[in-house]
Amino acid sequence: MASRERVETRVLNVARVVWLAIVLAGCVVPLLYMVLLSVRPLQAVLADPLDMLPSLSELNLAAYERVIASPEDGGYGLLSFFGNSLIVALGSVVLTVALSVLGAYAATRLRFPGKNVINTSFFAVYMFPGIVMAIPLFVLFSRLGLRGELPALIIIYLASTVPVSVYMLRNYFRSIPQGLEDAAMVDGCNRSQVIWRIVLPLAMPSIAATSLYVFMIAWNEYLFALLFLLESRDNWTVSLGLAQLDDISVSATVLMAGSVLLTLPVVVLFFAAERLLVEGLTAGAEKG
Amino acid sequence: MGPDGSRTTAPDSGPNAGADRRPASAPAWEPARGRRRGPSLRAREARAGLVLVSPTVLIVLLVVVLPFLWTILISFQRLRLIDLQNVFDITLTLRNFETVLGSSDLWEMVRTTLIYSVGGTILSVGAGLLTALALRQRFPGRMIIRAFVLVPYVIPVVSAALVWRTLLNPQFGPVNVFGVEVLGWDQPIGFLSERFHRVEVFGLGVDLPIALITVIVFEAWKTFPLAFLFILARLQGLPRDLEEAGRVDGATPLQRFRYVVAPQLSGVIALLVLLRFIWTFQNFNDIYLLTRGSGGTEVVSVQVYNYLISRNDVGGAAALGLLMSVVLIIAFAVYYRYGVLKQESEV
Repeated sequence: MASRERVETRVLNVARVVWLAIVLAGCVVPLLYMVLLSVRPLQAVLADPLDMLPSLSELNLAAYERVIASPEDGGYGLLSFFGNSLIVALGSVVLTVALSVLGAYAATRLRFPGKNVINTSFFAVYMFPGIVMAIPLFVLFSRLGLRGELPALIIIYLASTVPVSVYMLRNYFRSIPQGLEDAAMVDGCNRSQVIWRIVLPLAMPSIAATSLYVFMIAWNEYLFALLFLLESRDNWTVSLGLAQLDDISVSATVLMAGSVLLTLPVVVLFFAAERLLVEGLTAGAEKG
Repeated sequence: MGPDGSRTTAPDSGPNAGADRRPASAPAWEPARGRRRGPSLRAREARAGLVLVSPTVLIVLLVVVLPFLWTILISFQRLRLIDLQNVFDITLTLRNFETVLGSSDLWEMVRTTLIYSVGGTILSVGAGLLTALALRQRFPGRMIIRAFVLVPYVIPVVSAALVWRTLLNPQFGPVNVFGVEVLGWDQPIGFLSERFHRVEVFGLGVDLPIALITVIVFEAWKTFPLAFLFILARLQGLPRDLEEAGRVDGATPLQRFRYVVAPQLSGVIALLVLLRFIWTFQNFNDIYLLTRGSGGTEVVSVQVYNYLISRNDVGGAAALGLLMSVVLIIAFAVYYRYGVLKQESEV
């Protein structure tokens, strides 16, 4: 009895394990390959491309030295781009979180005209193709003489991350009981004191998740960096600098070393706060 | 729906006006006239709300909505990068659209873009769904697997593209070396450069658009974690008793999925399909970084970039970008019409 149930369950269990193995391999192998290739000499790779595991004797960090070193020292100057990426990413985080906290607070706690429109149509921002918005912004920033400058990028990343940030914070604010804020109001705090002393400390987990999200978007971004910064090499972000290396046929090991350096900060941050980030992004999705 | 964001100062009216967290007291909000001591609490609250929300709204209006409207204007101007002072020359012309619509490779490009977006969307959401179902039940290590599955979505697109280019390199890429040395391919496959690759299937020769397939798979690989994440979240929110009832009534696992679980996932899947289609359709990074649009992978967004940068033709870029947006607006409208978004507006 119930044999079909049993057969299906067994087949599905096997299929589940096989699929998870494939998916996991697909997600991990490229990263692993990136790291393994970056610590080997190019000759060893070319001699036997399938020999993935480097022998201890051939391990070396020459590719890293090469990609970091400034052009005067015969390197590719990737290190100097880290400062730019940090400025852009941290600038975007600070501005976005500041604006989103205010916006999300208003959207959860206050009644004001137009609130529903904002709550429902904010996501329409993501319907506009980035490359299409880039055209007038390209013209505008060129005219203003801001095109090659980092603030131009920060403004764009701010606008493109603010809707998701407001959404993440809003979901969290909803879960904080309002009693504390009301009590503080009764005790004579004004609105800004309530936000600063009550809401902010309570919302820290969500603010951390939101910051992480914004940081990753800004750190990883490529299109606008390419469009706006290409002609001002001093302001290149790491993403842009590394992509440009690919154009001048740099050896694969050096490219992989650069990729590891570009990826590492994001992956470390992600694994440090994965649960926080996932919860922040998907709160509200359970309800469907 | 986009320009709606500009209506933030309009009075809140309509059936949703009182849909607040708090019980709606009689008039949704009223000017504080007629009261003696200054503005009412209600009016002050409304003002504080507008003040707090205005920076966010303003930045989105200035950086997203206005530029989009400006694109419409530019698409009717003769504007080249070398003479940007023409920005204020409002002589309107249809030449940009004539150029764009008259170009010989337009339809080829539209076809490529549609295949890319539809293929990428189906693979991405499909893989996300399967992975979410596979990770639904609790078992040790599940959370670690979830974290690793998210990695492709998290890493910078530049790194991801470089790794794939290296893995698929015809000379020393392990995929090709493995194919030639172990699987016995006649020659390495130019995964990112060959327009067609002839494959013998049961004695029949089939020309596979290999570069296009590769960029589709890359897109799905990079984005399926997002679908996975949201479907998994939805799965975990499902009440178990319905499935339990199905099991008791003798429904097999596949039947329980088909008749109990799937209908409850349809909302989130529909939303993901829309979002993935829109984002894949406008995706520039992946294809630009992987192939530069060669080997039959030239999509509209790469062509917009070429108009803007290589040809210095801002007007042409705007015209093509506008046509591209029309497709997205249609996709959006179809969805809106069928009300998929309303039930999911919370996501």
